[in-house]
Amino acid sequence: MVTPGKKVKTFTIDGKDVSGTEDQTVIEVCRENNIEIPTLCHLDGLTEVGACRLCLVEIKGSNKLLPACVTKVAEGMEVLTASDRLKNYRIKILELFFSERNHICSVCVSNGICELQNLGQKLGMTHVHYPYLFPKVNVDASHERFVLDHNRCILCTRCVRVCDEIEGAHTWDIMGRGIESMVITDLNKPWGDSDSCTSCGKCIAVCPTGALVEKYKNAVDKTSKYKKDKLKFLPYLTTMREVKNEQS
Amino acid sequence: MSKVSEDIINNKADDNTTSAKVKAATVWLDGCSGCHMSFLDMDERIIELLQKVDLCYSPLVDHKDFPDMVDLTLVEGAVSSHEDLEKIKKVREHTKILVSLGDCAVTANVPSMRNPFGVKAIMNHAYVETAVTKDIIPNEVVPELFEYSRPVHNFVKVDLFLQGCPPPADAIYFLLTELLEGRMPDLTKVSRLGK
Ligand code: SF4
Ligand code: SF4
Ligand code: SF4
Ligand code: FES
Repeated sequence: MVTPGKKVKTFTIDGKDVSGTEDQTVIEVCRENNIEIPTLCHLDGLTEVGACRLCLVEIKGSNKLLPACVTKVAEGMEVLTASDRLKNYRIKILELFFSERNHICSVCVSNGICELQNLGQKLGMTHVHYPYLFPKVNVDASHERFVLDHNRCILCTRCVRVCDEIEGAHTWDIMGRGIESMVITDLNKPWGDSDSCTSCGKCIAVCPTGALVEKYKNAVDKTSKYKKDKLKFLPYLTTMREVKNEQS
Repeated sequence: MSKVSEDIINNKADDNTTSAKVKAATVWLDGCSGCHMSFLDMDERIIELLQKVDLCYSPLVDHKDFPDMVDLTLVEGAVSSHEDLEKIKKVREHTKILVSLGDCAVTANVPSMRNPFGVKAIMNHAYVETAVTKDIIPNEVVPELFEYSRPVHNFVKVDLFLQGCPPPADAIYFLLTELLEGRMPDLTKVSRLGK
């Protein structure tokens, strides 16, 4: 959307002439023009972190690949979103996700509605070239209603951001570095002992994989409140937040 | 790649003494037989396929030894022991196109669920902690497990991967008919992990 008072930039994406305002990111302009770019950490309504790298694009004149979700538009830039080089890298990124933790789709509660699994199929990942690490990580089922399964976590930080930015609880954080990183609740207390969690379920709704789920529910279960309306639910919350901000 | 699959149709040329059919095999490593069941789920289409394919070796037929050379082998299951490894190495040597059939072959899937815990803990759990009769960890008859169950392509070259737990019968049919037409199929269109 064009923001009033902001400068308009014109540039090309995959050879197509497009325009956007200076505060927009490449991904926003892509979405407005129906140019598809795969994403995992990006979610409308949350701040961008550029964590998953799936949205990498090529920009002429830069030999680095840049994540479209955190790259602002610029006058005259030439963006490529679907080169063979990018397609190849995106599959490799997916393969790394699959190899880092234990993803066993056939027995996963998110089987069938998982964003990682679906991207694997959509982008044509035939198998994982990298050696699987088979790490021993835990499942935290101490919360009354929800479960965290580290085996399925891809560290996209959607849970961290929704809990902080929308719910205002800031229960989640990331602990550790690199491949050792883990999501934690409070100061690495069991989730069930968390003082800050309001049990709102927003983290369950935004998690793209089977890492955060409602207890006793399969994610495809129609009675699950959280997964079903995932994509409708967040824009609603952000709109409410904006309305509130304008009023105050 | 397509050269190999052309070989399947041109098979007649270098093999005019025996049948002109495509020689196929299926093998079963560390899997639950579900992929073979899905193969049987092709129902009457199997009869149609058998006009063109000779199933030389498989848990579904009676031959005891793996043939000298087959055009195509479908492998179900992960590699979890030396026995699996010896089997798949031999199969690879005697196969033109090797297909990983199903998630256990492609990712190690269910057999890999033991991997984070270690063989010792698993054996102890199965044969001691939960044993009803005698608590002895067997060291004969059952093959000794590798530390990890791994996908087939970690050990031998695999030419095609058909995902799914099990892959749908339609996907297996698509795989076979495409190969018989001499094409290397894009299998991510017909199945996915966990399907
Ligand atoms: S989280 Fe997704 S990719 Fe991982 S095991 Fe579950 S369904 Fe498969
Ligand atoms: S349930 Fe709500 S408050 Fe609790 S961790 Fe999830 S998003 Fe945060
Ligand atoms: S728990 Fe889910 S939402 Fe949170 S970082 Fe892991 S995959 Fe992302
Ligand atoms: S969507 Fe851009 S890095 Fe994840």
